[in-house]
Amino acid sequence: MSLAEAQAAELTLELEPDEAGGRWRQVLRRMARNPLAIVGAGLVLLFVLVALLAPVLAPYKPTVGDLSRIRPGYIPGPSAHHWLGLDQLGRDELSRILYGARYSLLIGVVSLAIGASVGIFVGATAGAFGGWVDNLLMRLMDIMLAIPGLLFAIAVAALLGRSLRSVMIAIAVVNVPIFARLLRASMLSQRESDYVLAARSLGVRRGRIVTQHILPNSMAPVIVQGTLALATAIIDAAGLAFLGLGSADPAVPEWGRMLAETQRFLQSSPQLAFFPGAAIVLSVLGFNLVGDALREALDPKLRR
Amino acid sequence: MLKFSVRRLLQLVPILLGLSILVFAWVHALPGGPAQALLGERATPARVEAVRHDYGLDRPIAVQYLSYMNKVVHFDFGQSITTQRSVTSEIRRRFPATIELTLAAMLFAIGVGIPLGFWSARRYLSWIDNTSMAGSLLGISIPVFFLAFILKYVFAVKLGWLPSVGRIDVTRDVRHPTGFYVLDAILTLDVGTLVDVLKHLVLPGIALGTIPLAIVTRITRAAVLEVENEDYVRTAEAKGLTAPVVNRRHILKNAMLPVATVIGLQTGLLLSGAVLTEIVFAWGGMGSFLEQAIFDRDFPVLQGGILFLAIVFVVVNLLVDLAYGLLDPRIRVR
Repeated sequence: MSLAEAQAAELTLELEPDEAGGRWRQVLRRMARNPLAIVGAGLVLLFVLVALLAPVLAPYKPTVGDLSRIRPGYIPGPSAHHWLGLDQLGRDELSRILYGARYSLLIGVVSLAIGASVGIFVGATAGAFGGWVDNLLMRLMDIMLAIPGLLFAIAVAALLGRSLRSVMIAIAVVNVPIFARLLRASMLSQRESDYVLAARSLGVRRGRIVTQHILPNSMAPVIVQGTLALATAIIDAAGLAFLGLGSADPAVPEWGRMLAETQRFLQSSPQLAFFPGAAIVLSVLGFNLVGDALREALDPKLRR
Repeated sequence: MLKFSVRRLLQLVPILLGLSILVFAWVHALPGGPAQALLGERATPARVEAVRHDYGLDRPIAVQYLSYMNKVVHFDFGQSITTQRSVTSEIRRRFPATIELTLAAMLFAIGVGIPLGFWSARRYLSWIDNTSMAGSLLGISIPVFFLAFILKYVFAVKLGWLPSVGRIDVTRDVRHPTGFYVLDAILTLDVGTLVDVLKHLVLPGIALGTIPLAIVTRITRAAVLEVENEDYVRTAEAKGLTAPVVNRRHILKNAMLPVATVIGLQTGLLLSGAVLTEIVFAWGGMGSFLEQAIFDRDFPVLQGGILFLAIVFVVVNLLVDLAYGLLDPRIRVR
């Protein structure tokens, strides 16, 4: 770090006392006071724990069923041995729901990781270089945004064939333009701020200003979007599975597919659609609550 | 305004061009190329070669793109592999169903969402505010096809109040001059059919309208909260205008700008995104068309359908922008 940079860094701290570490501690404190945020965090924690501990928690194997217990028009409901009953192939519904969390979490995290990193890379490149690079990249993103998300995911997943991998890639691709545009807009608003001007006037190199000053301060909306994108990923993955674009292995306990497959039993065994649906709603709600609370805690206008 | 409209229209050109390239490239990116996709994995190389020649797939890629574009600008979206019918005629037959469902959903979302958002803001942090905010969060967290299940189970299967599938009672033998069943029933002055068609619209409309309802409520609330602290509202109150007048003329009118944008955007999304709801209710619109195409790996249908819906989405967004320019003179200057 050069002397000029050290001085600029000090200036940054003076000008924006809340920034860096202190700011995030404040955000966390603000969220801890928000009851909805607590509920959301609890749901997210539960979801993650279930996903991680599914093999320990699940009383039965999710893929092995006892077909002899299924008769036409009759699927055993909840009982002492099977808390959520059996599914249409005689498999333990509870175990399938628990294992299903793994797939939702995996799809959510992987698609978010890919989509957000590519999006952040594109957005940061556009925001840092400006000019024709910015123009070209943003027009490309506009074209991708011109196709509604689910439709785009359908197109990508149909192209890649039925597998979990294509679902993850499809959802990741949909996320790219969203993150790219968001980060670029956030960087543009930071570019004109006083601390950037201060750093520039002290002679800090452009590359350093972008990576050390503008980028870290532009990440807040990206982080909020990341939380919300996890919620959308779970819903979209369920939607793709519902359309028959999920994993090719019918034994895989994906929540969306479980919902789709049990549509035929709506009359006799509505619980088979209800349980996976409720699992989706609770986990999505958790991420939405946390994302919302995070946005409120970060937004200076909403701080009252 | 004219200059703004022209500029906005010109911005559309690169987007539509890029979209067509993307969709064109999509089919060519299929494993084994479009001919293989057309014939399936077990086709012999000779057969694939013959099809490649028949469909002109052995020509240079640029020539193929130009001929594809030539067809698209003449509204020719290709031909289905499974039914041999033209995609355009299928779209013409099915799209009215999707439009009708979208309008019903938006009517529900706007009709409930704006009053709910308005009163949530005016009674900020009251029970009505908290309930509607919690409800709207739940609304955006529920997958539309799951909500459709619940509605179908409760109101169609259990209570038997409303029909669970389709757009019209199948025993009804009526003409459909426009393809919009509500409009058709009105045009033919058939009250019985009108009631039946409206009944069929209720559950899918509510299912599809829930997400826009949640969003419209939240945006209306936020906009009203922002506007109600403006100086001109205080002035209006100070000069003794009654609450209803202030609410209507000063608060609601100014708060409607962001709401109008969201309504437009959501309409565009619904027109293209009703796929899942339509499948649950066997609606017979664009959704089931695409689902069947996914199942059959009918790529010309997918290509045409996706391009068509994306164009609709872009055009609706353009209309929203133009309307916004009309409503807010400040936008035009930028």
